[in-house]
Amino acid sequence: MIELQNVCRTFTVGDQQVTALRDINLRLDPGEYISIMGPSGSGKSTMLNMLGLLDRPTSGTYLLDGGNVTDLNDEQQARVRREKIGFVFQSFHLVPRLTAAQNVELPMILAGIPVEERKARVQVLMQNYGLSDRADHKPDQLSGGQRQRVAIARATVMNPTVLLADEPTGNLDRTTGWEVLKLLEGLLEQGITLVVVTHDAEIGARAQRRIHMLDGRIVSDEQRTK
Amino acid sequence: MKLADTFQFAYGSLRGSPTRTLLMMLAMSIGVAAVVVLTALGEGARRYVVNQFSTLGTNLVIVLPGRTETAGIGPGLMSGQTPRDITLDDAQALLRSRAIKRIAPLTVGSATLSRGALNREVVVLGSTSDLLEVRHMSIGIGKFLPAGDINEGLSVCVLGNQMKQELFGNEQAVGQWVRLGDRRFRIIGVLASQGESMGMRTDELVIIPVASAHQLFNTSSLFRILVEARSRDYIEQAKHDAEEIMVQRHSGERDVTVITQDAVLATFDRILTTLTMAVGGIAAISLAVAGVLIMNVMLIAVAQRVKEIGLLKALGAPGTQIRMLFFAEAALLSTAGSVAGLVLGYAGSMIIGQIYPTLPVSPPWWAVLAACFTALGTGILFSVWPARRAAKLDPVAALAGR
Ligand SMILES: Nc1ncnc2c1ncn2[C@@H]1O[C@H](COP(=O)(O)OP(=O)(O)OP(=O)(O)O)[C@@H](O)[C@H]1O
Ligand SMILES: [Mg+2]
Repeated sequence: MIELQNVCRTFTVGDQQVTALRDINLRLDPGEYISIMGPSGSGKSTMLNMLGLLDRPTSGTYLLDGGNVTDLNDEQQARVRREKIGFVFQSFHLVPRLTAAQNVELPMILAGIPVEERKARVQVLMQNYGLSDRADHKPDQLSGGQRQRVAIARATVMNPTVLLADEPTGNLDRTTGWEVLKLLEGLLEQGITLVVVTHDAEIGARAQRRIHMLDGRIVSDEQRTK
Repeated sequence: MKLADTFQFAYGSLRGSPTRTLLMMLAMSIGVAAVVVLTALGEGARRYVVNQFSTLGTNLVIVLPGRTETAGIGPGLMSGQTPRDITLDDAQALLRSRAIKRIAPLTVGSATLSRGALNREVVVLGSTSDLLEVRHMSIGIGKFLPAGDINEGLSVCVLGNQMKQELFGNEQAVGQWVRLGDRRFRIIGVLASQGESMGMRTDELVIIPVASAHQLFNTSSLFRILVEARSRDYIEQAKHDAEEIMVQRHSGERDVTVITQDAVLATFDRILTTLTMAVGGIAAISLAVAGVLIMNVMLIAVAQRVKEIGLLKALGAPGTQIRMLFFAEAALLSTAGSVAGLVLGYAGSMIIGQIYPTLPVSPPWWAVLAACFTALGTGILFSVWPARRAAKLDPVAALAGR
C-alpha cells in the first residue's frame, strides 16, 4: 500500500520556483490499476518519479507499506526500489551493450542473486514474453515492441509490488502499443499495482481508477464501478 | 551486488568502448615500462661497478704513501717534509696483524720488453707470489711468481696474455728468455686472459718479483700495498692495524693513507642506488600523467553513460554501488596496463641487455613492485572524482539524459 500525504515538489530554475506537485494526497491499494492523465507539464512524470523513489518531495510524507520512506537514506531507498518497484519507460532504457537476456538479468545482478537462479528466472520470463529466440540479441537488433517487452521483463523480474509505466506505448505504433499494454495488464492477475501515465484517452480509460492532473494538482480521481 | 559481478560488469563496460580502454591501458603501460626499463639500466650500472670491484679482489685494504688530509694541514706538510716511502720491510711488518691474511706489495714502472728484434713498451708490475690470490688473477700456462724470500730479485717474469701473443704468437713462451730494460728474465708463466678490470689491463702486463723491480727501476719504495683481510668482518680491524703499524714504523707520523675497497664500493653502491631510484621516480611521473588521462577519459565516460547510470539507480543500485563499478573499471584498467607495461619493460630491458652485453641489465624487484602499485594507486585515485560524480547523479535527470 502506498500513501502520499501533502506532497509538494518544487524545482528551482535559476531564481524561479517551478512547482510540479502541489499538496498531493493519494492512496494506492495493492492490485489497483491506475491511469494518470493530464496535459503536458501537469506533473505526471514527477508524480511517478516520486512514487518510484527516484525523487524526494520538497515537503510532505511518503508511506510505503506503512513505513515512512521519505527519511530513508540513499542505500535504503535503493533497496526499496530494487525489491518493490519496477519501472517501464517510454524510451525503453535498455543498456545497448548488453543482450536482451542480460538486460533482464541486470536487476538481479544488482540485488546479488546467485547466477544459477538468475539464469533460470531469465529463461522463464523470456519464454513468457515470447522473447526466447531473441535472448542473445542486442537492443538495436530488436523492434520497438520487443524492446519494450524486454523492459517489462526486466521491470518484473524482481517480482515488485508496484509497476510504474511512464507512457509505455508512447514510442510504439498502435498495434504494438496495445500488445504491450495487454502484457502489462496481465500482471494485474499476479496482484501487482499498475500505474500507467498516458496521453492516450483510450488507454487511460481501460484502468479501473483514472486520475487527472492539472498544474500539479489532482483534479479528478474516478473509480469505475462495475 | 557481488564483487565478482561488479568486476564482470566493469569488464563489460570496458569492452564496450575498446578504443577508450586501449588508450588508457597504453598510457598506463608506457608509464610502467618506463619505470622498469630505466631502473633496470640504473641497476645494471650499479651491478657493473660492483662486479668490477670484486674482480679487483675481495676484502681488500689498500695502503698508499702520503696522506690526503681532508681537514686542516697534516704535520708532514707543516714541517715541509715529503711523506716517507713505504718499503718492503713495512709491507712485511703488516703481516704481524692477526686481521691480515695476505699482502701483496706493488711497484709499478714502465720498461722496454724485447725478444730479439721485437720490442715493446710495457707496464711492469713488481710484486710477490700472493698477488695472484689477492688480485684474483689466474694463471694460464706455467706458474706464477715463486714464494720465497721477498728480498730476492730472481730473474723470472710472468707475461700478460696479450704480451705473450705479441711476442711469441702461438709459439711456446714458458722457458724462453726476454729482455726487460737492461736485464734478462726467464718466462715462467702466462696469465689467463682476463680483460679489463678497473682500468688496469692485466693482459698487457709483465709481472716480476718486487725486488727485481726495485733493482730495475732503481728505487726502494712501493707504489702501494694490497692487503687482504682475513674475512669481511676483519676489514675494519685490518685497516686499523695497518694504520697503526705504519705509524709505529714511521716514528709516530701518519703519513700513509689506508683505504678499504668496501668503503669505496659502498659509496658507489649508494650513489648508483640513489640514481636508480631518482630515475625510477622520474619515470613514475609518467604514471601520474597516465592517471590524469584516466581521470579525463573517465569523466567523459561518466558524461556518455549518464543514462545508463540513471537506469542502474532506477533498478536499485545505490550510489556506493555506482562508485564501486567505476573503481572496478579503474582497477581492471590499471592491472591490465601494469601487466602490459611489465611485459613491455622486461622486453625492453632484454633488448638493451643484448645491445650492451657487459651491462647486467635487470629491473630491481622493488622498482617493479613500486611501478605496479603506483599504477594501481594512481588509477584508482584518479577515478575517485569521476566515480563520485557518477554516484551523485540525480537519477531523474540522468534518465532524461540531462
Ligand atoms: N528537473 C526539473 N527542473 C525544473 N523543472 C522541472 C524539472 N522536472 C520537471 N519540471 C517542471 O515540472 C513540471 C511538471 O513536469 P513533468 O515532467 O512532471 O510533466 P508531465 O506531466 O510529465 O509532462 P509531459 O506530459 O510533457 O511528460 C513542468 O512544468 C516541468 O517544467
Ligand atoms: Mg512526462
